[in-house]
Amino acid sequence: MSESWRPTADKQLIELRAETYTKIRQFMAVRNILEVETPVLSHATVTDVQLDSFHSEYSSPQTASARTLYLQTSPEYAMKRLLASGTGAIYQISRVFRNEEQGKLHNPEFTMLEWYQPDYDHHQLMQEFESLLNLFAMTHCDKTSYAEIFIQHIGLDPHTCDTNELTMMAQQYGLSSSIKERSTLLDFIFSYKIAPILGNSRPVFVYDYPACQCALAKLSDGAPEVAARFELFINGMEIANGFHELTDAEEQLARFEQDLALRKKEKRPDLAIDHLFLDALKQGLPDCAGVAVGIDRLLMAMTGAKDIRDVLTFPIENA
Amino acid sequence: MATYSTNEFRSGLKIMIDNDPFAILVNEFVKPGKGQAFNRVKMRNLKNGRVLERTYKSGESVEAADVMDTDMQYLYNDGDTWYFMDQTSFEQYPADKPAVEDAAQWLKGEEICEVTLWNGSPLSVAAPNFVILQITDTDPGLRGDTASGGSKPATLETGAIVKVPLFIENEELIKIDTRTGEYVSRAKD
Repeated sequence: MSESWRPTADKQLIELRAETYTKIRQFMAVRNILEVETPVLSHATVTDVQLDSFHSEYSSPQTASARTLYLQTSPEYAMKRLLASGTGAIYQISRVFRNEEQGKLHNPEFTMLEWYQPDYDHHQLMQEFESLLNLFAMTHCDKTSYAEIFIQHIGLDPHTCDTNELTMMAQQYGLSSSIKERSTLLDFIFSYKIAPILGNSRPVFVYDYPACQCALAKLSDGAPEVAARFELFINGMEIANGFHELTDAEEQLARFEQDLALRKKEKRPDLAIDHLFLDALKQGLPDCAGVAVGIDRLLMAMTGAKDIRDVLTFPIENA
Repeated sequence: MATYSTNEFRSGLKIMIDNDPFAILVNEFVKPGKGQAFNRVKMRNLKNGRVLERTYKSGESVEAADVMDTDMQYLYNDGDTWYFMDQTSFEQYPADKPAVEDAAQWLKGEEICEVTLWNGSPLSVAAPNFVILQITDTDPGLRGDTASGGSKPATLETGAIVKVPLFIENEELIKIDTRTGEYVSRAKD
């Protein structure tokens, strides 16, 4: 008999996960942030070019033909529908699913803490996040803008430098693929040359991302235009991603359409736009900031684990 | 042309980079949450042993190298070329000096070696892990000295020189680990 039936996390870690959930729930309760639950299965999914959703066929007793349903890659759209309905501050700890992702820092199914604060911008939410990290003996987070850290380590201004300069830099760092998109070049340089050295002594928030990496963040006025987005890094790992949320329905639709055009170009599966989410934005999403936190990686950061399997009971190989 | 997609990458896979065959040593998946996924690959050049690191956009394909390892018997050499025979097809393969560089000093004939073929010709040859060879030249043995731990050079019948314990005599047969080039023990017969 093989040992594959056993959990890959030891008992201490299984307990630490439970304690972590308890502390998060207490933290949220004290601040009157409401715990909510939204569906894991949905009729539509994110259009992100870089995300691959799992899907399944739903055979309803009420309809003749089966309908495709997607497993959520994050609860973002559903939670924003709740915010638009007037819930106020909310959070959720849920399972999320991303196809084609597996490695030392990736399991295709993982746990996400996501929370939203109406009337906050991304800086206020970072501050609240830091208070949450204090509960886990992580104090004194550093803060740096994307441009600052990029210039410090690479010597190029990520917002204004020429794309050719990024291409040359990427090749110098060992990129073999021919890549023309600015956003992908920045991804490569950032994840190979900057992220691994971030947050090794204390957690680091990186904020104000290049406009081409805005995702669902507001764009700031001012020159250069930057995305009101932040990420948290601990021990070289990306732990969380947050936005001062885009609330403009028209702009959101335009970004969806841009994603879909890119998906077509990259020959990725075509997807339908989530109109229920767009309708909620049209109704009015309150000005808010939101953040998604990878709980598994947070547990890795707390224990020094180098492989996500060490904090999961049953990683995908043994699931 | 056969190719491998990045999601087939694993340690040991043979791929072509800039017209040279490489073996993948480590394949690492890197992906920013909202960004492009990459495969960072560490690989060894099968011609010169140099290690190289390259990064690919996940989902891309790389040309496969027509490389395979086959057990073959070493027959003889004429100074420039070493001849090996496939034990199943009895076909003979000539290997040039660079291919046998590390192995040649341990071979006297009839050994079964692992020959790495690239496009049908020997790229490299690995001697058996252990060989037994006769000493042709060494200082006289110090009788009874099996504990002092000292060593002396000894020339073998193939011309290789290895360090042996002081008690070893000329014309003795000894066992050598070819991976480290070190003496292992005396060999009876």
